[in-house]
Amino acid sequence: MSRRSLTLLKNLARNANGSGIQTRSVTYMPRPGDGAPRAVTLIPGDGIGPLVTNAVEQVMEAMHAPIFFEKYDVHGEMSRMPPEVMESIRKNKVCLKGGLKTPVGGGVSSLNVQLRKELDLFASLVNCFNLPGLPTRHENVDIVVIRENTEGEYAGLEHEVVPGVVESLKVITKFCSERIAKYAFEYAYLNNRKKVTAVHKANIMKLADGLFLESCREVAKKYPSITYNEIIVDNCCMQLVAKPEQFDVMVTPNLYGNLVANTAAGIAGGTGVMPGGNVGADHAVFEQGASAGNVGKDKIVLENKANPVALLLSSAMMLRHLQFPSFADRLETAVKKVIAEGNCRTKDLGGTSTTQQVVDAVIAKLD
Amino acid sequence: MSRRSLTLLKNLARNANGSGIQTRSVTYMPRPGDGAPRAVTLIPGDGIGPLVTNAVEQVMEAMHAPIFFEKYDVHGEMSRMPPEVMESIRKNKVCLKGGLKTPVGGGVSSLNVQLRKELDLFASLVNCFNLPGLPTRHENVDIVVIRENTEGEYAGLEHEVVPGVVESLKVITKFCSERIAKYAFEYAYLNNRKKVTAVHKANIMKLADGLFLESCREVAKKYPSITYNEIIVDNCCMQLVAKPEQFDVMVTPNLYGNLVANTAAGIAGGTGVMPGGNVGADHAVFEQGASAGNVGKDKIVLENKANPVALLLSSAMMLRHLQFPSFADRLETAVKKVIAEGKCRTKDLGGTSTTQQVVDAVIAKLD
Repeated sequence: MSRRSLTLLKNLARNANGSGIQTRSVTYMPRPGDGAPRAVTLIPGDGIGPLVTNAVEQVMEAMHAPIFFEKYDVHGEMSRMPPEVMESIRKNKVCLKGGLKTPVGGGVSSLNVQLRKELDLFASLVNCFNLPGLPTRHENVDIVVIRENTEGEYAGLEHEVVPGVVESLKVITKFCSERIAKYAFEYAYLNNRKKVTAVHKANIMKLADGLFLESCREVAKKYPSITYNEIIVDNCCMQLVAKPEQFDVMVTPNLYGNLVANTAAGIAGGTGVMPGGNVGADHAVFEQGASAGNVGKDKIVLENKANPVALLLSSAMMLRHLQFPSFADRLETAVKKVIAEGNCRTKDLGGTSTTQQVVDAVIAKLD
Repeated sequence: MSRRSLTLLKNLARNANGSGIQTRSVTYMPRPGDGAPRAVTLIPGDGIGPLVTNAVEQVMEAMHAPIFFEKYDVHGEMSRMPPEVMESIRKNKVCLKGGLKTPVGGGVSSLNVQLRKELDLFASLVNCFNLPGLPTRHENVDIVVIRENTEGEYAGLEHEVVPGVVESLKVITKFCSERIAKYAFEYAYLNNRKKVTAVHKANIMKLADGLFLESCREVAKKYPSITYNEIIVDNCCMQLVAKPEQFDVMVTPNLYGNLVANTAAGIAGGTGVMPGGNVGADHAVFEQGASAGNVGKDKIVLENKANPVALLLSSAMMLRHLQFPSFADRLETAVKKVIAEGKCRTKDLGGTSTTQQVVDAVIAKLD
């Protein structure tokens, strides 16, 4: 190689460090007292829950982040959330949790759903995006799925009409549809997103999903600079796996949101890496974005090979929600660097590391 | 050049776009209602003030930022701030202003200082850093000067003892020194800064600056992970122009802060580009970081060649303060791209553009 091109290469290589993973200098002027530590309720949960929440605790400690956790032991078989846990969340307003294993069938309703309904966390948000350095079959994926969290097919209203015949009520209200549409468009506006897509099956469920669409259309009129379109859910699933780059923000009722979020998470790298949370007017609960498969296989738990990345990125979202942007940036940058390097990955990403090894790598990369 | 190196160069060049000026995908989960527009008091002021505040108004409009300005006409010759302006700032809690021209001598006290004292904006923050693409004699400058804003030499307590003899009181209190030290260390903690340097002249003013240093030392003990050191102000000025990369966060009493901030601004690119603001427990006023030379030469005003970059970056700080991080990021990125390109610069940066040309370039670069 000629001498000139070598110098040019050196210069460019110095500038292109890590192809996009950059810590940048942000001028942020805090209010006096912004550094006071905040209490956050922590629910380790079942399965891989304790493993990944412990990962978050270690990283927060290493960063000296201004938060402290109030830990509570809750398991999926409990009939209801313990009142002291609800008390704590109402006081702190922010909660971080692992999954709670919902028994299939039986009479026990899901504690996850109970929590969301009691605190009226009406919006569930999952951000599915390609992580640099993690190759997948689909590129340029950056989808945010905003899912209505309190009604729809999850109303929990079922009854046996006659023996052998069961009715399950799917409830759609204008009130809930309107507020989730408002949240989705507000999210798009505040985060410089260009398009909101409503996912529905209104050709079949003309009244229920029709009401949902009506609400979305009304809200869309108030945001003329954001493109709005609609897509039927079956076509949507096909488009997701064929051409995911066409989607930006997606607003969906409850059940479709669950499926779309898990699909989008799967194409962009897996449920082990996607961050997400649930937010209401007064409270926010952060957890893994999409958790297909409930709380993880027992084998993963026994071998301590659960992927902590998703909950670490969710806790970065939580730090940003609590207005600690510098800590959130540091955490996200460290996690993305670890993923990009590729030395330290858990089984779901094709590697052999344990949870603790990933945590140590992230702590080492903190600046 | 050999064929291989050409491909390598192309790849690296594609990755190193703009050498560090990157828009990055940030997962930020707003609360419902976070997108509601906020009112901000706007005081155009004197000299270049109206020119640069108008620049900010245009860019905010172009971004559809969720803020609207309540404009008030205030001039430096007024004897006091009009009560409706103070009313507005107390209501909105945030204000953006151009400079107010303080007459030299005479009996009129500075309205800028009056504003800071009435609202108890005890901390003034100026961030002086090298902008990519803007070469200066000093590299790797990234200094944040946190200056006590309400007492010290600016107490305004002067009297003529006997004809021809004047006493000017410099007042230093433990209360004010403590809170500015607390703010400086809290700022360093929240923004991942490693070092806080206290600037003083306690070898001469043993009691006054000695009290200031004592307060800084006490607060430093509570932040063991942040390095703390002290420097005498004359040595500090020399070090600033010789080896500015040694400084990180600097905490200073009122007068030294003014001089250090202007020096640091000068070595890093000039007062036309450094953002800054004043903050108190309840209010925040954003303005150009350092404004040596009062409100700009008349000739610059007549030719409309004032540099809007400083106030644009300050308004990005303001957007971040109001918790609109996405808009702040877009604004900062657009401004930095315009500077880095180098085509559109005002006279103080060595170019020939007018204010309006810079504004148009920034708006064109918004994504």
